[in-house]
Amino acid sequence: MTGAAAPAPASTVLVRAAIYTLLLIFAVYYLLPLFVMVVNSLKELNEIRQGNMLALPQQVTIEPWKSAWSTAQIGVQPTGLRPYFLNSIMMVVPAVAISTLLGALNGYVLTKWRFRGDTVIFGLMLFACFIPFQIVLIPMARILGMIGLAGTTPGLVLVHIVYGLGFTTLFFRNYYAAFPTELVKAAQVDGAGFFRIFGRILLPSSGPIIVVTVIWQFTNIWNDFLFGASFADFDSLPMTVALNNLVSSSTGVKEYNVHFAGAIMAALPTLLVYIVAGRYFVRGLMAGAVKG
Amino acid sequence: MTLSQAEVAPVATAPRGLRAYAQDWLPRLVLAPSFAVILLFVYGFIVFTAYLSTTNSTILPRFDFVGLVNYQKLFAQPSWWTALKNLMIFGVLYIGICTGIGLLLAIFLDQKIRGEGVLRPIYLYPMALSFIVTGTAWKWFLDPGIGLEQVVQNWGWETFTFDWIKNSRMAIYTVVIAAVWQSSGFVMAMFLAGLRGIDTEIMRAAQIDGASALKLYRRIVIPMLRPAFLSAFVVLAHLAIKSYDLVIALTGGGPGRATELPATFMYSYTFTRNQMGVGAASAVIMLAMVASIMIPYLYTELKHEARS
Amino acid sequence: MAFLEIRNLCKRFGAAEVLKRIDLSLERGGFLVLVGPSGCGKSTLLNTIAGLETVSEGEIRINGRRVNELRPSDRDIAMVFQSYALYPNMTVAQNIAFGLEMRGVPKAERERAVREVAETLQISRLLARRPSQLSGGQRQRVAMGRALVRKPQVFLFDEPLSNLDAKLRVDMRTEIKQLHLNLGTTIVYVTHDQVEAMTLASVIAVLKDGEVQQFGTPEKIYNEPANIFVADFMGSPSMNLVSVDVVRANGATAVALARADGEPALLQVADSNGALRERAGQSVILGIRPEAVTDIDGADRHARNVVRVACIAEVVEPTGSDTYVVAKLGGRDFVARMRADADVAPKSQTVFAFNMDRAAFFDPKTELRIA
Repeated sequence: MTGAAAPAPASTVLVRAAIYTLLLIFAVYYLLPLFVMVVNSLKELNEIRQGNMLALPQQVTIEPWKSAWSTAQIGVQPTGLRPYFLNSIMMVVPAVAISTLLGALNGYVLTKWRFRGDTVIFGLMLFACFIPFQIVLIPMARILGMIGLAGTTPGLVLVHIVYGLGFTTLFFRNYYAAFPTELVKAAQVDGAGFFRIFGRILLPSSGPIIVVTVIWQFTNIWNDFLFGASFADFDSLPMTVALNNLVSSSTGVKEYNVHFAGAIMAALPTLLVYIVAGRYFVRGLMAGAVKG
Repeated sequence: MTLSQAEVAPVATAPRGLRAYAQDWLPRLVLAPSFAVILLFVYGFIVFTAYLSTTNSTILPRFDFVGLVNYQKLFAQPSWWTALKNLMIFGVLYIGICTGIGLLLAIFLDQKIRGEGVLRPIYLYPMALSFIVTGTAWKWFLDPGIGLEQVVQNWGWETFTFDWIKNSRMAIYTVVIAAVWQSSGFVMAMFLAGLRGIDTEIMRAAQIDGASALKLYRRIVIPMLRPAFLSAFVVLAHLAIKSYDLVIALTGGGPGRATELPATFMYSYTFTRNQMGVGAASAVIMLAMVASIMIPYLYTELKHEARS
Repeated sequence: MAFLEIRNLCKRFGAAEVLKRIDLSLERGGFLVLVGPSGCGKSTLLNTIAGLETVSEGEIRINGRRVNELRPSDRDIAMVFQSYALYPNMTVAQNIAFGLEMRGVPKAERERAVREVAETLQISRLLARRPSQLSGGQRQRVAMGRALVRKPQVFLFDEPLSNLDAKLRVDMRTEIKQLHLNLGTTIVYVTHDQVEAMTLASVIAVLKDGEVQQFGTPEKIYNEPANIFVADFMGSPSMNLVSVDVVRANGATAVALARADGEPALLQVADSNGALRERAGQSVILGIRPEAVTDIDGADRHARNVVRVACIAEVVEPTGSDTYVVAKLGGRDFVARMRADADVAPKSQTVFAFNMDRAAFFDPKTELRIA
């Protein structure tokens, strides 16, 4: 907003002070849970029970972290979260890579090789992004059983690829729609074919959207719970399900510090991605809201 | 008049070559697997589940058609009505408060604030977290034994109570608090982008016209943000209907069934209570709710695009 | 005291000085055009007059009243923007009435004022429409209506015609001039188009890099440019500017204009202020507009000093109403405007008639006009 010519009267200073104060209060609101998690993950259990959740640890201990990683009771196994962390990684990496690649190809086809009915096809793929996943749980469980992938990591990878295709296609399609078609036509005149145009012309300029898509997929797949809870076995259980298992167990002593440590561990990868490339994450959010 | 050779010869024998023919079909071939996959795994499954909702399935799917019995059973369940009522309360509050906070923060951040580069990521980072993590953090933070209630009591206010999370009437509001915490930053980002898209010349014209800041925002800026309002509503409504992870982590659906939502209802009826038919029916209802919002929205968006 | 006075105005953005010591005045009912290339500060100057930007130093007075500290809405000014800045969610009528509404003018009076203005601008039938349903020219009128309805003391226009296509631009230009004649309003108008400046203004201020290069009537700016920049900027096609040597021969002063083929041509000058005599033997810049260099029959018969120069016509461009002939003189492309039926063939020897009454001379170093 451009300022008025008059020198700032008192009311404007007051208003600005109020604005800053409110903004700071909200910053505290957003940071508080994170602060609580970090701080309490480093405390002894009795300190949490007797003390103030907001206070810094009187005695810092990393035992909760060690426990959460390797010895905490998840389900029937006292293995900590480590094996499930690895499960998540083995699930996420192929799922992100394949769904991104397919999305790119689909977006390419839908924008540069138009044919009759392609808007309908895109519309159908787009709507598929937004279905409540509960509607596919039952048949998916059956199919996974039928093809022998029930409870396995490849099974989860398949599930995430399938249900990520809608979004990845959306991202690339919107990005390539703004890409000048003249370049493609010029390349065709030069004799380049379908894949060569893709590989030599579109893909090299796709840096930003690839980052956005990868971040979006990574975040969503890593953070997923429903599919993991429905289709995974102990061999393939992802991190989020294991965490919930750890936290929601109704037996025994509630080891809050271990829970918090585990939660941070589960959150770290996506948080790191956000810190490093947050800008792209936001772009994905905006694009995912379909407005364009 | 005799026809020349060229006129008689059929066009098909012209040497177009396999390569050119393949080039025509290649795009469709490339798109086909994805499209086929979506047709099967999304629309096919929807049909399957819808069909299941008309069967007597319990633990495993059965294929005997029993009409709309499951829907009758569904709507006879008090817990389903609880779920729907909770969804209504949760949805309205979640969308309303997120929109309000998001708009407020966006307007404030647009006032040439120093430190915007620091504040914005702080407001947004919760979106990067899994709902399970969010649920875990808030679960203990709102726990009367060790959380906020304990903290304030330690500070001296001995009679302070905040046991909403254990209270069947108030528990759903804790879900609102946690969900708003997660998503309001995202709404703020959408409104901020919308605000930044407003031509400064319009702001200047309003200044010259003598509009006070309040009038400026109420009469000019906020109406111009209508697309952002719509997008925010659609995304939030969609998230609200799908809400599962957060409830599971925060309250487990409890206390009792106090925070039951359609998503948790579906899961428990299908997989733990072995009433797959009813579970399928609830899933179909969920789909109908989402579709009633998404289809008109997507349709107008695509139409808009085609026109411009 | 002039109606609008700008005294010693400076504007700084941090360390950068965007407006340097601006002094301008405008009488009531005048039409001041601020013209200059992009980035010269004309829009910034307009914004300071409007109150949308603060002033670092100096003073602005409207009708005797100092307005530096006043908010835009208190200065009794109205502004028409380049992109019209119409409120998209309001109808045309609401757009026009908005300023009045903010002032608390009662509804009946507002509606009356809107109707009046709509009549003047012939947009009465558009009152119920939204801006998105209007064409560029219609939006422009609505923007003007919004300004007119407030009956301000000064109207400010910020490149209002830049977004219109060429033909519409010419039509709207005439309309603005008509409005000015009919209503007698005081106007400050910013444009980068020097044709608009010449046709609309009663006074012009040519700006470059935040400084006023020259301030005067269009006639003065055009015929007696203060420096090379003004000479080059105003007029289309632009003034020919070539380097010439000052020569004294037989008690008279002349300048030698190099020709591509052969000896330099000698152009006699009536050196009324002796400035050229002092620079005998040095080189100066000669400025002469294409319309002052014609074919023999086309030369101004009332001119006192017409010199004939023969040289080769390189390029001939007939436009239907004139013939532009380009020759290589003074080491550069030199444009002459001849009559349409002047018989000139490319690459042929042609005689050019130089109307030296209309010639201007500039110092090569200071770029200021010396004669």
